[in-house]
Amino acid sequence: MKILVALKQVPARDSLLRIDASGRWLDESDLSFEINEPDAYALEAALQLKEQHGGEVVVLSAGPERAVSAIREALAKGADRAIHVEQENLGEFDTLSLAKLLAAAASSEKADLILTGLQSDDLGSGQTGVIMAELLGLPHATIIMAVEASGQGVRVKRELEAGWFQHVSMPLPAVLTIQSGINKLRYATLMGIKKAKTKEVRKLTAAELGVQPESSVSLLRIYQPKRVKQTQMLAGAPAEQAAQLVEKLKFEARVI
Amino acid sequence: MSQLKGGEFLLRAAKMEDVFSPEDFTDEHRAIARATEEFWDNEVAPQLEEIQHQNHDAAVRVLRKSAELGLTGVVVPEQWGGMEMDMISAMIVAEVLGRDGSYAAWHGAHAGIGTLPLALFGTEVLKKKYLKRLVSAEFVGAYALTEPHAGSDALAAKTRADLAPDGAHYVMNGSKMWITNAGKADIFTVFAKVNGEQDKFTAFIVERAWPGVKVGAEEKKMGIKGSSTCAVYFDNVKVPVENVLGEVGRGHVIAFNILNVGRLKLGPFAVGGSKQVLAQSIKYAKERQAFGGPIARFGMIRHKLAEMAIRIFAAESVAYRAAGDVERFGDHLKGAEEYAVECSYVKVLASEVLDFVVDEGVQVHGGYGYHQDYFVERAYRDSRINRIFEGTNEINRLLATGMLLKRAKRGQLALVEGVKKLQDELMSATGPVDSDVAANAKKIALFALGLAYQRFRDQIEDQQEVLAGITECAMNAYAMESVSVRRCKLASTGKAAAAQDVCDVYLDEAMNVVEQSARSVLAASSEGDALRVNLAILRRLAKREQVNVIGARQRIASKLLESGRYLF
Ligand SMILES: Cc1cc2nc3c(=O)[nH]c(=O)nc-3n(C[C@H](O)[C@H](O)[C@H](O)COP(=O)(O)OP(=O)(O)OC[C@H]3O[C@@H](n4cnc5c(N)ncnc54)[C@H](O)[C@@H]3O)c2cc1C
Repeated sequence: MKILVALKQVPARDSLLRIDASGRWLDESDLSFEINEPDAYALEAALQLKEQHGGEVVVLSAGPERAVSAIREALAKGADRAIHVEQENLGEFDTLSLAKLLAAAASSEKADLILTGLQSDDLGSGQTGVIMAELLGLPHATIIMAVEASGQGVRVKRELEAGWFQHVSMPLPAVLTIQSGINKLRYATLMGIKKAKTKEVRKLTAAELGVQPESSVSLLRIYQPKRVKQTQMLAGAPAEQAAQLVEKLKFEARVI
Repeated sequence: MSQLKGGEFLLRAAKMEDVFSPEDFTDEHRAIARATEEFWDNEVAPQLEEIQHQNHDAAVRVLRKSAELGLTGVVVPEQWGGMEMDMISAMIVAEVLGRDGSYAAWHGAHAGIGTLPLALFGTEVLKKKYLKRLVSAEFVGAYALTEPHAGSDALAAKTRADLAPDGAHYVMNGSKMWITNAGKADIFTVFAKVNGEQDKFTAFIVERAWPGVKVGAEEKKMGIKGSSTCAVYFDNVKVPVENVLGEVGRGHVIAFNILNVGRLKLGPFAVGGSKQVLAQSIKYAKERQAFGGPIARFGMIRHKLAEMAIRIFAAESVAYRAAGDVERFGDHLKGAEEYAVECSYVKVLASEVLDFVVDEGVQVHGGYGYHQDYFVERAYRDSRINRIFEGTNEINRLLATGMLLKRAKRGQLALVEGVKKLQDELMSATGPVDSDVAANAKKIALFALGLAYQRFRDQIEDQQEVLAGITECAMNAYAMESVSVRRCKLASTGKAAAAQDVCDVYLDEAMNVVEQSARSVLAASSEGDALRVNLAILRRLAKREQVNVIGARQRIASKLLESGRYLF
């Protein structure tokens, strides 16, 4: 099975975020970057499928020059080769034109399966994978919790709301957008890091792919969320209160 | 070749490209740091409480897992299951694993002193027998040099190995003390004297499983309580002759060479620990409220945080500079020998920076820093050992200048010419001196060394305080140059302003230390009018524009508080 994993490099989760002078993006001078979290799970899912069924894992990333470190990390973890659409002005591409860029780069690969994260940690539109599928004329499924190859197609488990799941069988080729936390991420080993240096990274540009930046959607302003303090009183017996508290810490505050 | 030779920093200025620093890390180095950090967060950190409470099985499990990533064999050839990477990569791994003193001890005693003697000196036969299994951490390694009555004076060891009549094995008897990892070690590198003869100090690979090897109870230590430290006893242990490491009578070469590398590696271990304490202290300073606001707004707290960062920067600069020199030398062992003086500086500086950082870390935490619930309390106790092992800081201070003199005698370092040239220059010039503070510090070191040597000649070995004073000057001069060259490297980056402030304060403080140490050396080496002239020269060399160190520290502190961690 040939699997293409589209991944993005985003500001690291523990970064100190400062808004730049334009007010429309982050000041990147002091940021460190990492693979977008759900994309890392997509990569892991691809590597596991390859281990089970053989084939090839190709990484596709559109990003500035610095994105090469995310690409090398994916190669170090076991991806076979990569395509880097190297473009410094990706901020000028809206989701549609970005998806066009990725679709153009992906089309010649004729992959059996294209995996992406369900959304990016920085912009969080959750659309890129879906639009790319549409542009490529492929079926897609979103918020994937599990992927199993079955006969000619795949069987996937989608996360719905309120603890419900949906199981879907779909034909290949297809595009899946992967949810975070669905598998256990592997480490890049030192040997993997060493070998990654010798793996192929093909560089392409938007011009070569014939894609122009478009801005049917534009980002006007970004700002820090306001901190709000709230006090909630929990009622019930101590054990019930404790249970409610745990619930809230888990799902509202998301700290445990 | 423009690379400075060992000790040559005293005589020549380093060029920017000669001084390796973290700014020169390759993408691969950064990837190694990231992978090791991920491993730390997910595998080591969750086990620290267990490890701290002497669950040695947990420690060994983590060690084995780290071997799957390749962390236990960074510089070992691929042929033996290692990664065959450079010294810088090993330093980077050590820095991440240095965040906890106990785990650092497990890792260092296994992958460093427990594995490297075999990797560097073992025969093919011995390597086949043990090396892969050490690199995979199937076997845990340990290094047994110290004895109850032979610590700093390691060559006074009494453990002996007598060749048996069959000529096929030695019979080992004696005891070792303070052996890290001993509780779990399968393989010991043991130093003993063949037939008890002083000139036959020899290293052996000894298996724990052999009859007659006994490991004592865990020592009750002040810190690194999660590490294993025991005595090891040898009672008529039969050691096959092929388990001699290197040659009979050449054990001291192994011991000293491994120590050189160990001293260098102590640098990143201490720097990693220091950065961790700094981050915790910043966090606490922002959270702790006093007099109606966070203590982070107080100048004296900000002073502490800035000072921690400044000194960490210095230790880091020195450690990676020396590692870069060792790496460029080609052969790690020969490199560490060539730069043995610099390796001693790394050991002393980094261990003392860590001690400073943990001490101020506790202070920032106030009473809570004195409580075991807080990380700094443990870090404070864990730090202390670093000034003791890998050669005490006293021994390293004596060795450093001792080795400089030895290199000069052997014709490896043009110290005499350097001193003479400097004296001519100082006698002829009267005007203001060079504005390069680091260069002047080197001149002071050289000046003091020259005077002391002229006064004491070959008896200088007996003048420990004088030797240590010279080391203080030279070591600080080395650090000053390392910091100042690194500042230049950072000049065109977003960190330029912070690096300038760090450099300004460090140079000022280090020059105070240099001046004070030199004064005592000069006073011990000359009297009367000569002393007065010498002190005048010293004053001239130590003269500098006074920077506003308070302002600089304030700016550094603001950046630290904003970013929440070390800045570089
Ligand atoms: C936790 C721990 C782990 C250790 N792990 C290991 C290990 O894995 N393997 C191993 O072989 N050893 C190990 N050691 C031993 C360690 O290396 C020695 O403790 C150290 O070398 C000092 O020796 P000593 O304790 O005998 O002190 P001593 O040599 O007795 O020193 C006492 C004091 O005298 C000073 N002194 C000694 N000689 C001189 C001199 N010539 N001039 C001036 N001052 C001098 C010292 O600096 C020190 O201040 C460990 C020790 C500890 C505490």
